Amino acid sequence: MEISKETLLEMYRRMVRIREFELASIDLFKRGQVKGAVHPYIGQEASGVGICMALRQDDLIAGTHRSHGHNIAKGARSDRMMAEILGKETGYCKGRGGSMHIAAFETGSLGALAVVGSGIPLAVGAALAFKMRGEDRVAVPFTGDAGSNTGNWHEGLNMASIWDLPVVFALENNHYGVSTNIAYSTNVDDLSARAQSYGIPGVRVDGFDVVAVYEAATEAVERARRGEGPTLLVTEAYRFEGHYAGEPEVYRERSEVDEWRKKDPIPHFRGELIKSEAVGQAELDAIDAEIKQEMVEAVQFAQESPQPDPSTALDYIYA
Amino acid sequence: MAKKEIDATSLGAVAAAMPSDLIVQVQEGVPARELSYQEAIREALREEMLRDESVFLLGEDIGVHGGAFGVTRTLFDQFGPDRVRNTPISENTIAGAAAGAALVGMRPVAELMFVDFSGLAMDQICNQAAKLRLMTGGQCKVPMVVRMPQGGGAGKSTAAQHSQSLEVWYAHIPGLKVVHPSTPYDAKGLMKAAIRDDNPVIFLEHKFLYSFRGLVPEEDYVLPLSKCDIKREGSDVTVVASGYMVWHAMMAARMLVDEGISVEVIDVHTISPLDEDTIGESVRKTGRAVLVAEACRSYGPTGEWGMVVIEQAFDYLQAPIVRVTGRNSPVPFADSIENGQWPDTSDVISAIHTVME
Repeated sequence: MEISKETLLEMYRRMVRIREFELASIDLFKRGQVKGAVHPYIGQEASGVGICMALRQDDLIAGTHRSHGHNIAKGARSDRMMAEILGKETGYCKGRGGSMHIAAFETGSLGALAVVGSGIPLAVGAALAFKMRGEDRVAVPFTGDAGSNTGNWHEGLNMASIWDLPVVFALENNHYGVSTNIAYSTNVDDLSARAQSYGIPGVRVDGFDVVAVYEAATEAVERARRGEGPTLLVTEAYRFEGHYAGEPEVYRERSEVDEWRKKDPIPHFRGELIKSEAVGQAELDAIDAEIKQEMVEAVQFAQESPQPDPSTALDYIYA
Repeated sequence: MAKKEIDATSLGAVAAAMPSDLIVQVQEGVPARELSYQEAIREALREEMLRDESVFLLGEDIGVHGGAFGVTRTLFDQFGPDRVRNTPISENTIAGAAAGAALVGMRPVAELMFVDFSGLAMDQICNQAAKLRLMTGGQCKVPMVVRMPQGGGAGKSTAAQHSQSLEVWYAHIPGLKVVHPSTPYDAKGLMKAAIRDDNPVIFLEHKFLYSFRGLVPEEDYVLPLSKCDIKREGSDVTVVASGYMVWHAMMAARMLVDEGISVEVIDVHTISPLDEDTIGESVRKTGRAVLVAEACRSYGPTGEWGMVVIEQAFDYLQAPIVRVTGRNSPVPFADSIENGQWPDTSDVISAIHTVME
């Protein structure tokens, strides 16, 4: 597949933006400025970016409790993202959602749903609407590996299959549901095999390789757009951080994490770009610098923004 | 039309045990005809589907079969499999797909066969549909309806998992509206309102009422989703009720006329948000309150209504509030022990006698 230099650079930019955003959010969390919880996406950047770059703006994603990365991959701005996780009125959800419900509808979203697997039915319903109206849009619900053990997931794959709905089920295998390894909670090695139960294609791809993910996602998305039905797309990745920032990680050895970290998708992609001679190192350095500066400004914007006015506490309960 | 419209009574429900002139809601001179509660809901669905292309139906066996109680029968022939969409048995995804379609501009009406099955759909209804608007800071709205038949006492003995009244499960969740009509007139007007509303609406249909008949206007009308309805005005005692219990309240009121007791009956046809003021105003007038609900007693609807009476009319009460409710028990099967599970007219009469002492 021919991928333009512009697209490659945008992939790189979004991956770096996710990484820097997550590092900043962990830092703010540890300093007590982010309340609640932060579930870092570090290590999975190639997965989210590869998938979302294969989508149009009017295609919709359904996020999870770990969706800072999905939103940025779909095109969300760092400043309004940062404001949201700090609970500010200038955030995408006006401070009503926070880290676990962060969703930028203007970039094409169905929300971020923090009950594992619960975005699946919403995406199926949106895809049903697309199909009924003759629109060539696609819905992409994200789950982790653990989400594929929920009833939602199985009901959703089945329903999308019988109606040939334009859904790409993005299953990001980061190997852990909180502390439980997928090897314990599921008796299949290749999660994409689960697609067979529903008579749909199951595709497995290296989730550390953004180009491979992008190519696989593009094929699944085009298939959905042509009206040929859903695909299960499994990206094999790993969660570099704990389940949440500050989580003690008593269930895995440091050496296991260190081994996986060698596959870090960002230096990997950087190396590939330079090796291909399509992109010069200076261009990538410039992006790194640009994103670092952007994040400083995003944090400042978020910190200086006001919290929602207490008089608006009852807004948005009913339309 | 290919298939005859089949009334609920021909689907095995027992005939209405209440005189239809007990509740008359259409004024003389207004063009109207008699419809069953079931037909009134179907007519609302049909008219809204004709009026608005974004309205569609989904649920288990709602196609040719016409749904668990025949409500959607003939709609499949008229609108086809796209807009009257049979689903697999996947309650959570039925509700969730409705919410997802609503998020992108459709107005789905989902049917769950029995409210008893809705536990399977609880996450999508209560955690997703109800909360999406708030947790996204108003970036979206979720205009959907979930229809759920509920209630027992139809003489059909459907036991513990097909007979419950569970309105409070949903009334406890901010972001949802909960409707439970008692008459054909209300059923049609409230269904139209529910479909046109921009929020998720839980529409509870009482199974025993499907065959009840009453006058329904020919013209298009929509009832508000925010009001109680005063079904009968009176001066001595206020009876607050909903669903089938409204009929027992009305029957009790009629039977007590001879004793010179004037009963006001308030129908809580929108369970949530609750129109507290109509209840409070009535009890301030009558000074006595009897609360009637089919649901189990503990933490049921009467607890909420009773607190409204206490908050708004405590100083006016001439007697303690009396509750008439379903038993705190799963519904048993055999007639001898199912009997007494739910209130009937005689229970309402004795409660009224108690507050009148």
